[in-house]
Amino acid sequence: MAAREADRSLSTLFLQHLANGLLDGVYYLLIALGLSMIFSLGGIVNLAHGAFYAIGAYLTVTLGPHIGFGGALLVSPVIVALLGVIFERVLFQRFYRADPILSLLLTFGLALVAEQTLRMIFGAPPLSYSIPPWLRGQIILGDFIYSRYRATLIVIAACCVAALWLLLNRTAFGRVVRAGVQNPDMVGALGISLSPYMMMVAGIGIGLAGLAGVLLAPIYSIHPAMGQEIITPAFVVVVIGGLGSFWGVVAAALLVGLVKGATIGLGYPQWSTAVIYLMMLLVLLFRPRGLFGERIQRFE
Amino acid sequence: MSDKTASSSSAVSRRTLLGGAAAAALIARPAMLTAQTADVIRFGHLTPRTGFLGPLGEFAVMAADLAVEEINAKGGVMGRKLEILKEDSVNPQTASTKAERMVERDKVSAIIGEISSAACLTIAQVAQRTKTLYINTGGNSDALRGPNCNKYMFHVESQNSMYVKSCGRSLMQQGLVRGKKWFSLTADYAFGHDLLKVAKRFMEGNGGQFVADKLVPTDLTDFSAMLLEIRNARPDLVVCNLAGNQITNFLKQYSEFGLQFQVAGFGFDTALAWAAGKDNFSGTWPVVWHHLIDTPNTKKFVQAFTAKYRKPPENQAWGDYLAVKIFADTMNELKTTDSAKMIEHWEKGAKFDVMKTREGYFRASDHQMMHEMYTVQGLGAASKNQWDIFSSSPAVPGPGESLEVIAATAEENECKFAA
Repeated sequence: MAAREADRSLSTLFLQHLANGLLDGVYYLLIALGLSMIFSLGGIVNLAHGAFYAIGAYLTVTLGPHIGFGGALLVSPVIVALLGVIFERVLFQRFYRADPILSLLLTFGLALVAEQTLRMIFGAPPLSYSIPPWLRGQIILGDFIYSRYRATLIVIAACCVAALWLLLNRTAFGRVVRAGVQNPDMVGALGISLSPYMMMVAGIGIGLAGLAGVLLAPIYSIHPAMGQEIITPAFVVVVIGGLGSFWGVVAAALLVGLVKGATIGLGYPQWSTAVIYLMMLLVLLFRPRGLFGERIQRFE
Repeated sequence: MSDKTASSSSAVSRRTLLGGAAAAALIARPAMLTAQTADVIRFGHLTPRTGFLGPLGEFAVMAADLAVEEINAKGGVMGRKLEILKEDSVNPQTASTKAERMVERDKVSAIIGEISSAACLTIAQVAQRTKTLYINTGGNSDALRGPNCNKYMFHVESQNSMYVKSCGRSLMQQGLVRGKKWFSLTADYAFGHDLLKVAKRFMEGNGGQFVADKLVPTDLTDFSAMLLEIRNARPDLVVCNLAGNQITNFLKQYSEFGLQFQVAGFGFDTALAWAAGKDNFSGTWPVVWHHLIDTPNTKKFVQAFTAKYRKPPENQAWGDYLAVKIFADTMNELKTTDSAKMIEHWEKGAKFDVMKTREGYFRASDHQMMHEMYTVQGLGAASKNQWDIFSSSPAVPGPGESLEVIAATAEENECKFAA
């Protein structure tokens, strides 16, 4: 009897780790999708992407007391997306055809400037922000107990992923973007200017990073360097999934979350962050294009 | 320079001349600096300003500035103006280079600061080589007061043993040690390992046991998988020996998951509680000082700090403020900046007002400041504002006890100063 109960609780625990791992991957996903989109269309590796995530979180702390968490959830990503559009117009667009090292330097510099600016405005000590009362508490389904806030978070993230997929695959806008990824010269030859599309893609990608900042502000520490914490695992996700592949990034994000959760579940938490870099190493060794990476001629 | 002037045309000679003048001024500057040395006393201040300890370092810098301002308003040090040179210590190697430059080039009379124990160690080596006194204001590792102790290094920050023993007392009173199951999370680097060793010694000595003992990588931000493990293990106490922002992340997510097990930790800073916020801060934690201590000097310090920076000081601010004051007061009293004389004075048991109920002193055997500690507990919804979010235990040790009862004994952590 006791043994059966222990068995059941172990399998529940395993299921919980499985579900939790998938959720953990969702945070990386919001960041990684934007990174992948901006890279595959513009050829820019946006090292400042984490900074926009941090700005999203700081906006939530600033706006939250006035318009509530719900308000900040709608307004902050839009402000961050607008910032993204401005940076794209003023800076990124000058580097689309340039040596990638230049845009790396540019976005690395931007990340540093953004972090110091946050430090100057808000101070170095972390700021506090809590889950709004209406999202606190647990969801209980039999033996399965999970945080209501995180469950909400995955629904929002899943909606974003679905909306993005529809936008890229079922609209005229998406067709041009996908064509631009494959062959920008041909798109140009057909008389379509990619410039406004690139602006939109940067806005959407950066807005998603801002959204991740809003969603994680209530459960992560809010400090000026928080962008650095998330950008590295997000890059790992992009590399594992394969640049330019929508489902590759989605699958890699979930896989990274799962493997991380399983490592902790099996009792080796000290390996939980090392293991995702190990995965990246294996992918780079045996399938450098990434799990689902498409062959993009101009990058080879 | 003259070669170039000779070979260039007269049209550019004016520019060259200006450039030459500017260069000459630049070269002359260090000489002017040294010339002023007679009129000022300089202290060097080193602490992490960036990285995961940066938020605490900011409090250290603000407090050091405030102390210098107050000292100069009262006539400075030995009738001279006090200047403080502040640098980001970055990492142990850079800290050592900067400490050396402060001593050799800027002729500082004392060095103050640090939060990282690894950087304390490299600064202490410079201190010993150059015979300059160094007060550690934030490095907790017992090793700095034991195997790595140093004649020229003194500590106003408490050692890990003092944190563990004072928090341990609170846990004993709450009945959370004897026969109880602990689930422990430890930051997987030098500080965490040192703390875990001391915590284990305390727990085993008092009849507790680990139900789990997990190492956590320092870059882990999401604790959800750990929280599932904790819920499944049903411990009596969750012991969180993490560092910096990880403590804040852990507390926020612990509250998110609605777990009800008691929480405690042996390493802590009030800024992390403020960052978690009153909705999320819970548990029993040791602090070396906090802004709600009811003594006249703490009130004065909190008032001056809040007036200048519009937020109360946290415990790291206390350490750096106190260290600057201790150096200035000692130099004024002894009328010298001579390291040997100050060491002798301090080792003889000089008393200091440390803004608590009893005076403190440096223990001669390992240079650790003997002073009272406190444990704080989260107030939750009962908090009055965003800063006063915890209640405090009375001072530990109590009024009738020796201050040394919470410190590591010579057997636990032996210090032999090199001759």
